[in-house]
Amino acid sequence: MPEVFQYEFMNRAIIGAVLVGATAPAFGVYLVLRRLSLIADTLSHVALAGVAIALLTKTFTSVVALAATTAAAVSIEELRMRRLLPGDAALAVFLYGSLAVAVVLISIADGFNSTLFSYLFGSILTVTETDLWWMASLAVVIVVFMLLFSSELAQITFDPDLAKINGVRVHLLNLGLAVLTGATITVSMRVVGVLLVGALIVIPVLVSLRVTKGLTRTVITSSIVGVQVAVVGMLIAYYTDVAPGGSVVLTAISLLAIVEIGAFAKRMTSRSVHDQVIANHTHAHDSHAHGAVVDSDFEHDEHSHR
Amino acid sequence: MNLVDDQSNSTNATLLNETESHKISAHSGEILNTEQVPVRFNETWFSYNSEPVVRDINFSITQGEFAAILGPNGSGKTTLMKLALGLLKPTSGQVLLFGEPAESFTDWHRVGYVPQRTQATESRFPASVREIVNFGSYSGFSPLAIFRRGRTSQVDDALEMAGITNLADRRVSDLSVGQQQRMLIARSLVRRPDLLVLDEPVAGVDAAGEEQFHTMVRRLNRDLGITIVMVSHDIGAVMREATTCACINRDIVFHGPVHQLDAQALSGLYGFPVDVLLHDPEHTHR
Repeated sequence: MPEVFQYEFMNRAIIGAVLVGATAPAFGVYLVLRRLSLIADTLSHVALAGVAIALLTKTFTSVVALAATTAAAVSIEELRMRRLLPGDAALAVFLYGSLAVAVVLISIADGFNSTLFSYLFGSILTVTETDLWWMASLAVVIVVFMLLFSSELAQITFDPDLAKINGVRVHLLNLGLAVLTGATITVSMRVVGVLLVGALIVIPVLVSLRVTKGLTRTVITSSIVGVQVAVVGMLIAYYTDVAPGGSVVLTAISLLAIVEIGAFAKRMTSRSVHDQVIANHTHAHDSHAHGAVVDSDFEHDEHSHR
Repeated sequence: MNLVDDQSNSTNATLLNETESHKISAHSGEILNTEQVPVRFNETWFSYNSEPVVRDINFSITQGEFAAILGPNGSGKTTLMKLALGLLKPTSGQVLLFGEPAESFTDWHRVGYVPQRTQATESRFPASVREIVNFGSYSGFSPLAIFRRGRTSQVDDALEMAGITNLADRRVSDLSVGQQQRMLIARSLVRRPDLLVLDEPVAGVDAAGEEQFHTMVRRLNRDLGITIVMVSHDIGAVMREATTCACINRDIVFHGPVHQLDAQALSGLYGFPVDVLLHDPEHTHR
């Protein structure tokens, strides 16, 4: 057995990475396609405020952060639905508001900087067994939610107005999606950190959209890519002694770059083949026309010789 | 023509009372059941931030009509349609969809909607045309929906009616604007609706695609009896295709049979002189 798996803390970190890598991008598909990626960033800052409150009041961080993200997710969705604030503005208010709360509380406390660092950027040392139970429970809830509402989620993602006219309860499902996004962020922050969890929600989806077709396949591929980058990033973090949030996200970005370069090369190749076909066609056409002239000339010459 | 013209103020009070008893009076004097009136606006107002977008709208669209909603940009056409479909709630007044308030309407299989654009057409939405058209067969929440896959004859029929059977496996993001509109029509036809609402369906479509699209919609109206409501700013298309027309510029400027739409009404609508070449109704394709 490789040395890395002989440490219990590392096994916990890897299991956490698998759970987070599988669940975060699965939700991300619906957020990215609806251009709501910013909601992940916003809720992660809200989770940070929740963490700061929990550390200051010495309560259970996951519970406070989950309560904060749930309240924020519901409020943002209500503001959007009632058109009290434009969608982007509601997100911005919550993002900066919660960041401000976190900064103020951190300034007041002035004593939990090292703990806070692990929440900001993740830590392979701090994933506890309780965290794993939270992650596993949430993964089950997310899988059940996505299986039960697969058609409804697909329709809302395609177009919410069309979904509503089709009889889909758009508002309730949007609320469910927002609350579960907040919950995903809350449990993922121990692994990749609140500041980088948004990247794990978005980047595997971009990779998946490039390499697969069909909405269900895209969700499954995103989860597979998420697990791969989370585990590889975690191993890199172990061997290089860096914060796992950074290594996971850099791994994901590297994979995205490879896929995008591959897609670009494929486009260029097919374009050059296309140009070659046109060139051959034009050449053949010219040759044919030129040949006709030559033949005619030859014929003419032949006649003249006669 | 069963045209309910509530702009004649003298009948307004009577019409409202009759609506309450599920009967309304047609323009011809014929009494219609609310079931025969897919859309009805009763003194409908809608405002954004206390600025009225549509004001005191009173008219109805009866079964089998091909009704056009015509007006300049920003005149409230799309708002009117969103009110009709329950996507917006009137600030005051009422919108009835098959006799029920639009915001609490539940019989959605009777209604098809084709928007100008969908949010997905501008993203790399990974679904195929068949998957999107299959959304039209949705009949409410079912916990086992994910396990019920496969081809359905209604989806195949809808693809054929919209003339896109050959595009069924194509990715949505690879379609042209005209093909996307046909896909959305196919999606709305799966459940054979009684009412089809089209919001500027040929915006961005080339001339040939536009003609094909109008031919298809004309057939849906004439051959299948589907009531059509088409929001448009194309006066020519409205004059050719529609049977009735409501001209809106926040208020209703004109409502009546399309052949009564004249230069004066259009000039009032757009705020500059408009000439109209009218076909003889006897010689149009209607």
